[in-house]
Amino acid sequence: MKLPPVIARHARQFGTFAVFVVLCAVISVLTPHFFTVTNLLNVAQQTVINALIAVGLTYVIISGGIDLSVGSILAFAGVVMAHALRLGWPVPLAILAGVGVGAGCGLVNGLLISYGRLPPFIATLGMMSVARGGALLATDGRPVSGFGESFRWLATGEIAGVPVPVLIMVLVYAAAHLVLQRTKFGRYTYAIGGNEEASLLSGVPVRLYKTGIYVVGGGLAALGAVLLTARLNSAQPIAGINYELDAIAATVIGGTSLMGGQGSVIGTLIGALIMGVLRNGLNLLGVSSFIQQVVIGVVIIAAVLLDTFFKQSKR
Amino acid sequence: MEAAPAILQMKGIAKRYPGVVALDGVDLEVRRGEVHILLGENGAGKSTLMKILAGAVRRDAGTIALDGRECDLATPRAAQAAGVSIIYQEFNLVPHLTVAENIFLGREPRGQVPGLISAARLRTDAARLLRELEVTINPGAVVADLGVAEQQMVEVAKALSVEAKILVLDEPTSALSDKEIAQLFKVIRALRGRGVALIYISHRMEELFQIGDRVTVMRDGRYIATRDIPQTTLPELVSLMVGRDLTEHFPKKAVPPGEELLRVEHLSRTGALHDISLTLRRGEVVGLAGLMGSGRTELARAIFGADPVTAGRVTVKGREVKVGSPRQAIGLGLGLLTEDRKRQGLVLCLDIRANTCLASVDRFSAAGVVDGRRETAAAQKLTADLRVKTPGLHQRVVNLSGGNQQKVVLAKWLCCEADILIFDEPTRGIDVGSKVEIYQLINRLAAEGKAILMISSELPEILGMSDRILVMNRGRIAGEFTAAEATQEKILHCALGAHAA
Ligand SMILES: Nc1ncnc2c1ncn2[C@@H]1O[C@H](COP(=O)(O)OP(=O)(O)OP(=O)(O)O)[C@@H](O)[C@H]1O
Ligand SMILES: [Mg+2]
Repeated sequence: MKLPPVIARHARQFGTFAVFVVLCAVISVLTPHFFTVTNLLNVAQQTVINALIAVGLTYVIISGGIDLSVGSILAFAGVVMAHALRLGWPVPLAILAGVGVGAGCGLVNGLLISYGRLPPFIATLGMMSVARGGALLATDGRPVSGFGESFRWLATGEIAGVPVPVLIMVLVYAAAHLVLQRTKFGRYTYAIGGNEEASLLSGVPVRLYKTGIYVVGGGLAALGAVLLTARLNSAQPIAGINYELDAIAATVIGGTSLMGGQGSVIGTLIGALIMGVLRNGLNLLGVSSFIQQVVIGVVIIAAVLLDTFFKQSKR
Repeated sequence: MEAAPAILQMKGIAKRYPGVVALDGVDLEVRRGEVHILLGENGAGKSTLMKILAGAVRRDAGTIALDGRECDLATPRAAQAAGVSIIYQEFNLVPHLTVAENIFLGREPRGQVPGLISAARLRTDAARLLRELEVTINPGAVVADLGVAEQQMVEVAKALSVEAKILVLDEPTSALSDKEIAQLFKVIRALRGRGVALIYISHRMEELFQIGDRVTVMRDGRYIATRDIPQTTLPELVSLMVGRDLTEHFPKKAVPPGEELLRVEHLSRTGALHDISLTLRRGEVVGLAGLMGSGRTELARAIFGADPVTAGRVTVKGREVKVGSPRQAIGLGLGLLTEDRKRQGLVLCLDIRANTCLASVDRFSAAGVVDGRRETAAAQKLTADLRVKTPGLHQRVVNLSGGNQQKVVLAKWLCCEADILIFDEPTRGIDVGSKVEIYQLINRLAAEGKAILMISSELPEILGMSDRILVMNRGRIAGEFTAAEATQEKILHCALGAHAA
């Protein structure tokens, strides 16, 4: 079979996209409620948070690392921002505080990993616990609720019929894609993940960029916190538990290699959408949440199995 | 001599990859107790053919017969069971395991308690194999800490640890110096005497006549000819493999040296380098000779800021500098082509363009945004200059042949326009035709006013291309010769350290 080179080079992304389309088609056939504007917007809304966390994680994973702390960072950043809002800070300033806390946690991760030479798994496992504890301490374990209309607009508003969160997601993905493909930051992210030693010997400031990648990861998790808090009108210190696993799943389904050096933001978006559509479809079909867990697990494993299978067959 | 029966017959072997026909109906016949040379340019398909024999790559068409019986050889295990053992061109060692563990990987000697490995037997068996090769490598050493040459010897030991009927050696000597090569040849002759069939790939043409019995030449994925070594000549083989005649092997052009670009004084690094001093001037090519482990690579890394030094002064273009990192070194105009392309030279999963431009991303970007078009233009020009064989710049480097990968590493350092270039084994794995082109390139660089420090284990190359030659021995500079006074004997004498000059 002869494919045009552009498609051949991005075969994995097109493959994931094809799976996505087939999945949507199957669910549409099974239930008429799926393919309606309201439901599709609903799916997009539900995908937003996971998608935002996953895009940061995609950078981290392409660079050869992992970040287990994103769920906890989301909670911590959320409650800090909520406090600021309750104290009457202007909305942009409060958001900045929240995102700053997220980026700060990412900075600590990055410093521990690049300068402290800790394995990413360990550093972020520690941060996962520290940030969660921070969120609980800051709130005494209770949610912080009730914000003004202008803040809640971030979740409820629409511009030209498109919900604001979906718009934000699209913008973030467009930016993340361009940065990954067109900038030094993106180029170095791939290079570091592909071969750290060769990158270092080619003059890549490896430690600086690695640190930066975790800052981006933390910052995007905090952006997720902003949208989640606005949607729920409440910041929960126990928010975001297991979100890192969903984000890893979306990234891996999207074709990013856990070995580093390979992957794409677009793939991750499709991966997140596949997970969103799957959850939504199973809900519409009235499948119990227990079975849903099983199905999603099977999909993750199947995605990676298919990957390895195709690589094998190209031998 | 009556021809021994063929132990291996490969017929009509074909293999295509997207955009590349790697093999196009190749035949190969190898006899028991012979050293059969496989010869061809970079990308001719030699490694692919051998990977098919070893079950690591699936063939699209063709048949393989061992001892006259057709076999499938679909997996590496099946090939091993059929008596095929192979030393791949790229290393396949597990970096964090010890030498002994690597040698017996998958075939660990069983201990007294079922299920446990006998650590003692593992060590003694490995030590015995290494002793046969007469190398001084500690079987307990971790592979990641070894140099390329030592790793190569571990690969050899690993291949010898199984009783093979057919042993394939894909460029086993590209990282070795003469002493280890002599050792390896002794082992090869012994195996040949025992009736093992050996298939040997190398771009070092002089070796073919030392060790080979017959030779099969390939070009562009096709079978060209098979000859008995005594009945052929070097020019004939070269023209068969390149498709044209090659006149000059070392087209050395001396350039009058200009101002001093690099001065190293009393450089030391505990346990590796002792009181090293040297200078490099514009237009000069300085050869750095020495045995494996003599400290040449360590010296290059120390100058380049990749390893810390304990004492010494480095002056670049008249300014005394402290080179703390490769990044700083590159900023000062230095470039280091590393000896181990897979581990230190290339990001294998990225494409040719990204690798070529990796050390010069700064030059191609403004405000953090990379100008892809300028990158493409630069990479295009360099890959064309170096004749990298590839369907396009988007080909991932992992899919290139070994010699073409080496060309990409070279392209990376040409791309960043460094003017003090340290080349550690620059022609490692490069075919005769392209070698001459690289020598011409080195001449051109020197003529443009760059200074080149060339580390090489190939003495003819050092002798043929250098203006001055430094010889290292156990971490010291043991001697210095001008091109005119240097001879193979003098250098070897110095490198072996009988009388340090
Ligand atoms: N996995 C792959 N995907 C795509 N192309 C490949 C792959 N493996 C090999 N090739 C191509 O097949 C051709 C033959 O490669 P091979 O490695 O056999 O060359 P070689 O004769 O061993 O060269 P060298 O002397 O440089 O080692 C090359 O053009 C190479 O780029
Ligand atoms: Mg090869």
